[in-house]
Amino acid sequence: MPKYMLIMRGTDEGQADYEEMDFTEVIAAMGRYNESLMDAGVLTAGEGLSDASEGAVVDFSTDTPVVTDGPYGETKELFNGFWILDVASREEAVEWAKRAPLSGPGTKLEVRRINGVEDFPADNEWIQKEKEWRKELGTE
Amino acid sequence: MAQGARDRVSARHGVPDGGSPAPAPAPAPAPGDGSPEDPDVGRRAVEATWRIESARIVGALARYTGELALAEDVASEAVAEALVSWPRDGVPRDPTAWLLATGRRRAIDAFRRRAGRDVRYAAFARDLGEGGAHAGATPSDVDEPDLLWDPDRIDDDRLALIFTSCHPVLSKEARVALTLRVVGGLTSEEIARAFLVPTPTVQARITRAKKQLGAARVPFEVPAASERPARLGSVLNVLYVIFSEGSSASGGGDWIRTDLAREAIRLARVLSRLMPEEPEAAGLLALLELTAARFPARTGPDGEPILLADQDRRRWDASAIRRGRAALARAEAAGRGLGPYALQAAIAEQHDVAASVDATDWARIVRLYEALGRVAPSPVVDLNRAVAVSMASGPQAALEVVDSLAGSGALAGSYLLPSVRGELLSRLGRRAEARAELELAAQRCGNERERGVLGAKAAALAEPSG
Repeated sequence: MPKYMLIMRGTDEGQADYEEMDFTEVIAAMGRYNESLMDAGVLTAGEGLSDASEGAVVDFSTDTPVVTDGPYGETKELFNGFWILDVASREEAVEWAKRAPLSGPGTKLEVRRINGVEDFPADNEWIQKEKEWRKELGTE
Repeated sequence: MAQGARDRVSARHGVPDGGSPAPAPAPAPAPGDGSPEDPDVGRRAVEATWRIESARIVGALARYTGELALAEDVASEAVAEALVSWPRDGVPRDPTAWLLATGRRRAIDAFRRRAGRDVRYAAFARDLGEGGAHAGATPSDVDEPDLLWDPDRIDDDRLALIFTSCHPVLSKEARVALTLRVVGGLTSEEIARAFLVPTPTVQARITRAKKQLGAARVPFEVPAASERPARLGSVLNVLYVIFSEGSSASGGGDWIRTDLAREAIRLARVLSRLMPEEPEAAGLLALLELTAARFPARTGPDGEPILLADQDRRRWDASAIRRGRAALARAEAAGRGLGPYALQAAIAEQHDVAASVDATDWARIVRLYEALGRVAPSPVVDLNRAVAVSMASGPQAALEVVDSLAGSGALAGSYLLPSVRGELLSRLGRRAEARAELELAAQRCGNERERGVLGAKAAALAEPSG
C-alpha cells in the first residue's frame, strides 16, 4: 500500500487566528482526529513544528545562500507539520485530509505520495547506504 | 508563549499541532463541491469513502435494522446510487452522511415492503411512521443521518460487525469475502482480483453469506463473554487467512495480492484497538507486522523466493518491526501467558532482531516452539522445532526430534518430513540416506519450484564427496 504525507501549510494570518483559539479545544480536536486515524489503522507517523519565529529560511536564489530568521514577514506559506498515512489510494489520503480539524484563511493540507524503494535504482550505492541508515534510524 | 506550550503537546503526542480549530459538526448531505466534469472523480470518491467508512456505515445500519444482511443490502444500494449520482451531480459535501441517509431510506423501503408480506415487520413499519425502527427518530429526521451515529455505540457496532462477518455458521470463504467487503471496505471487484476469482463468484459468496446469517437468525451483536474466546478465534483466523493469501503472493505482478496482506494488517490494527484487553488480538497484529517486515527482502529481482538465511536484512522494514514488537509487548503485558499468535510473533521477533542466521537466539526459538506446541499442538510446529533444535544444538539432536515425529505417524505422506530429515542426514554426512529422503520429498512436493530445489539437492548427494 502506498504511503502519503499530509503536509500542513498555513499563512501568518491563519496562524494568528489559530493562536486566538482555546488551546484545550485545539488539543481535543486534534486528538480526536488522530484517534480516528489510529482506530482506522492508517496512521504511521506525524510531527508538529514549533512556531516559525524560532526558525530560519535559507534562500538559494542568489549565488551565496541568504539566511533569514523567522517569522519571515512576507512569506506566503508556512510548513507546520505532517502526518504519514498508510492508505490504499490517493483518494483515500485526500478523504482523510478533508477531515483534519483545520480552518482559517490560507490554511492548507497538501497530499503527497512518499517515494518507496521501488522509485529508485536498487543497485545505486547511495540507495544501498540509505537502507543501512534507515535500519539504524528505525524508519522505513 | 502559547506556541511553546503547544510544542510540548505535540512532542508528547508525537502528532502535529499546527493549523487550527475544532472540526465543524458533520453537515447534512448536500450535493455541490465536487466536479461533475470528470466521472472518474465521482467514482473514486465513492470508493475512498466506502473504504474509510464501510464499517461505520454498515455497522450503524445493522444496528438500525437489527440485521447485517439487510444492512449490507441497503449499503450496497446506496453505493450503487452514489456511483451514478456523484459522477453526474458532483461529490456531496459530506459523502458519508449521503451514503448513510440513502442506505437508511432503502432500509425503510425494505421494511415497508416486508410489512405487506409478513406480520412480523408490520410493527417495524408502524414504528417507521414515527421515524425509525430502533433509533426513535421523528419522520422529518429520516434524512438526518446524525441520528444513526451514537458515539458511544460506534465501537460496539464495528466490533459486532467484525464478529458477525466472521460468524462460524459461514464458510471460511464467505467469512473472508464478507469481512473484506463490509469491514475492510473493498469492492467486490477488488476482492475478486485479490483472490484471482471472477467478480460474480465473490458476489455470490457474499449473497450466500447473507442468506446463511438470515437463516441461522444470527443476531447483530458482540458475543457474550462466555462465547467470546471461541468467536474471537474465528475472527483472528479470518484475518490470518487474508494475510496468508496475500503473503503467498510473490512480488511483481502480484502486487494486488501483497496489498491483501497490508489490508489484513490494517484490520488487525483496527481489531486490536477495539479489543485492547485481548492479548491475542495484539498477538495477531504483532505476528502480521513482524512477518510483513521481511516482505521487501523475500523475493529476488525475478520474483524468485529468497530463503530467510539468504535475505538482505537491510531491506527489512524497521518501522514494521518496531510496530510489531510494540504490539507483542502489549500482548505480554496482559500477563495471561502468550497464545498461539503471540508465540508465533515472538518467534518472528527473534528472527527480525537478529543480525544474521548465526547471530539468532535459536535456543530461545526452541523454547518458544515448545511453548507453542503446548498451547497449539501440531506436527508442523514439532517439525519447525526440530529445525530450530538443529540450529541450536546440531543435527543429531534434531534428528531425534524428527524420528520421534516420524514414529508417531504424523505428517505421513507430507514432503516436509523427508525434506527436513534429508537435510539433517546430509549435515551428518549420511549421504545415501539423505539422498533417499530428499528424493522422496521431491516426489511428494506439489510446488514445482520447490520440487526442483529438492531434486537438485538429491542429485548433488549422488556425486562423490570431495
